[in-house]
Amino acid sequence: MGTRDCQHICSESSPAVGEAGKTGEWRDSFPVIDQEKCLPVRQNKPSCFLCWLHCPDAVIGKTIPIQINMEYCKGCGICAQVCPVHAITMVYEEEFYLNDTD
Amino acid sequence: MSKKIARKTSVSILDGNHSAAQGAKLSRVQVIAAYPITPQSPVTETLSEFVEGKELDAQYIAVESEHSALAVCTSASMVGARTFTATSSHGLAYMHEMLHWAAGARLPVVLVCVNRAIGAPWNVLNDQQDSVSQRDTGWIQIYARNNQEILDSIIQAYKIAESVYVPVMVCYDGYILSHTEMPVDVPSQEDVDKFLPPYKPHTILDPANPKNYNLVTLANPRVNTEGVLCHGYMELRYLLQEALQDSRETITTVGREFGELFGRSYAGIFWKDRLDDADIVIVAMGSLAMEAIVAADMLREEGHKVGVLGLRVFRPFPKADVVKALKKSRLVVVFDKNISYGLEGATCSEIKSALYRSPVNAVIRNFIVGLGGRDVKARELVAAVNKSLLSLKEGGLNQEYPEWLCAI
Repeated sequence: MGTRDCQHICSESSPAVGEAGKTGEWRDSFPVIDQEKCLPVRQNKPSCFLCWLHCPDAVIGKTIPIQINMEYCKGCGICAQVCPVHAITMVYEEEFYLNDTD
Repeated sequence: MSKKIARKTSVSILDGNHSAAQGAKLSRVQVIAAYPITPQSPVTETLSEFVEGKELDAQYIAVESEHSALAVCTSASMVGARTFTATSSHGLAYMHEMLHWAAGARLPVVLVCVNRAIGAPWNVLNDQQDSVSQRDTGWIQIYARNNQEILDSIIQAYKIAESVYVPVMVCYDGYILSHTEMPVDVPSQEDVDKFLPPYKPHTILDPANPKNYNLVTLANPRVNTEGVLCHGYMELRYLLQEALQDSRETITTVGREFGELFGRSYAGIFWKDRLDDADIVIVAMGSLAMEAIVAADMLREEGHKVGVLGLRVFRPFPKADVVKALKKSRLVVVFDKNISYGLEGATCSEIKSALYRSPVNAVIRNFIVGLGGRDVKARELVAAVNKSLLSLKEGGLNQEYPEWLCAI
C-alpha cells in the first residue's frame, strides 16, 4: 500500500509527457498566435519555428499552423519574446475569461 | 581462520595521509576530485602521482573548489564510477551542500576528512569540529585511531557504502595522524580485490534508457506516468534514516569479514579496552581514544577499575551497544574535541541520549579538550578522571555544562 513498491531509493522517474503533473494548471497567462503574422503560415512552408526551438517545456509543435499543447504550457511567455514578427501575444487568463463572459 | 588470513602483506612506514592514499589506491578508485587544503593535501597529491605514474587507472579531476570536488564525485558516482575525495576543515564546510546531495541521492562516495579546527580565528591544527559539524548530513562517519585504521577503514568504507548506498566519511586527526609516521601493514592488491567487489550502481545514466534522478519532489507521494505510486520527499528521507539505522549490521559484518581475510578485525562498532570489569569508563573518539588507553593504564596503577570506550562509528550512533558496554559503570568521563556551543560536546550528548531510560545510572562528566591543536596528555586525562571521581562525593565540577581543559 505504501510507496516502497516503487523500489526507488532516491527520487527517480523516466522522462515522459506529464511526468511533472499537469503543468498547464500553473499558468496565469497564455500565448495567443496571430496566424496571419506567423512566418510558416504566411509562407506555407516549414520555416522560422523559433518558438518551437525556445520553448523550455517542448509544448510547441513544428506544425503549420503552429499548435501549442495547453495542458502543459506554463505560460512563461518565452515564445512571445522570441517571435521575430510579434505574432504571439500573452493574454492573462483572468482577463480573457472575463471578456469572454461579457 | 589462520588459513584465510592474507599472507601477501608488507609493512611500510607511512604517515596518515600516505596511508589514506594507499587505501584509496587499493580500493581501485576510478575518479578522484579534490582541492588542496592543509593538512589533507598530501592525500590527493600522492593519488595524483599514482595516476600520473600509471600505478592507478583513475581520472584525477582538478577542480576550483571543494564544492566542485564533491559535485564531480557525486556525478561520477551516479554514472557508475567509484569515487574518492579528501578534505579538511573549511573545505568540508564548503562541501556542506554537496554532502547533503550525495547522501540524498544515495551515492556511495567515500570522503576522507583530515580533522582540523575551523575559523575564525585561522588555525590549521587538529580538532574534530569540522566533521562533527557535518553530523546531520546523512553520511556514515568512521573515525580512525591510528594510520593502520585509516587504510583499513577506507577499504571497508567502499564495501559498506556500496552495500547500503550511503556515503561514508573516514575521519582522522590532522598532524597527530596525518603527518606522523608509523608502521602500516599494506595488503596486496590481489587480497583487496578478493574483499572488495566492483561497484554496482543503483543509478545509471544511459541514453538508451533515459532517467531523471533527484528531480523536484513534492511533499506528497505521486503516481508517475506508468501508474506507479512514487515516494514524496518525506518517504525518501525515511529511507535514508532507515538505511543508516540498518547500516550498523553491515558495518560490523564488513569489519568481521575484513578481519577474517587480513587478521585485523573491525567487528566491534566501537573499540573496547578493559570494559568488562570497569566501573569508570573514559569515552573518546579518534586518536584521543589511544591516549585514553595510556590514561587508563595510569589510573589502573592507582587502583581504579578504568576502561575505555573508543568511538569508531559516530553515525550511525551505536545506542544499544553503548548501553551494553556501560552496564557496570558508575562514572563515565567523555572527552570531546568539539563543542556544540550552548550545550556540551557532541559525543557526550549522544552518550547521554543512548542511556535514556536504560538500566545504566552512571554519572556523566564532559571535558572539552584539544581544540585547535592544544596538546592532550594522558596525565591530563588522568587528572580529569580523578577530578570527576572527587566530584561524585564533594561536587565542585560544573554539573550543567562541560569543563574545559584550558587556561581560562
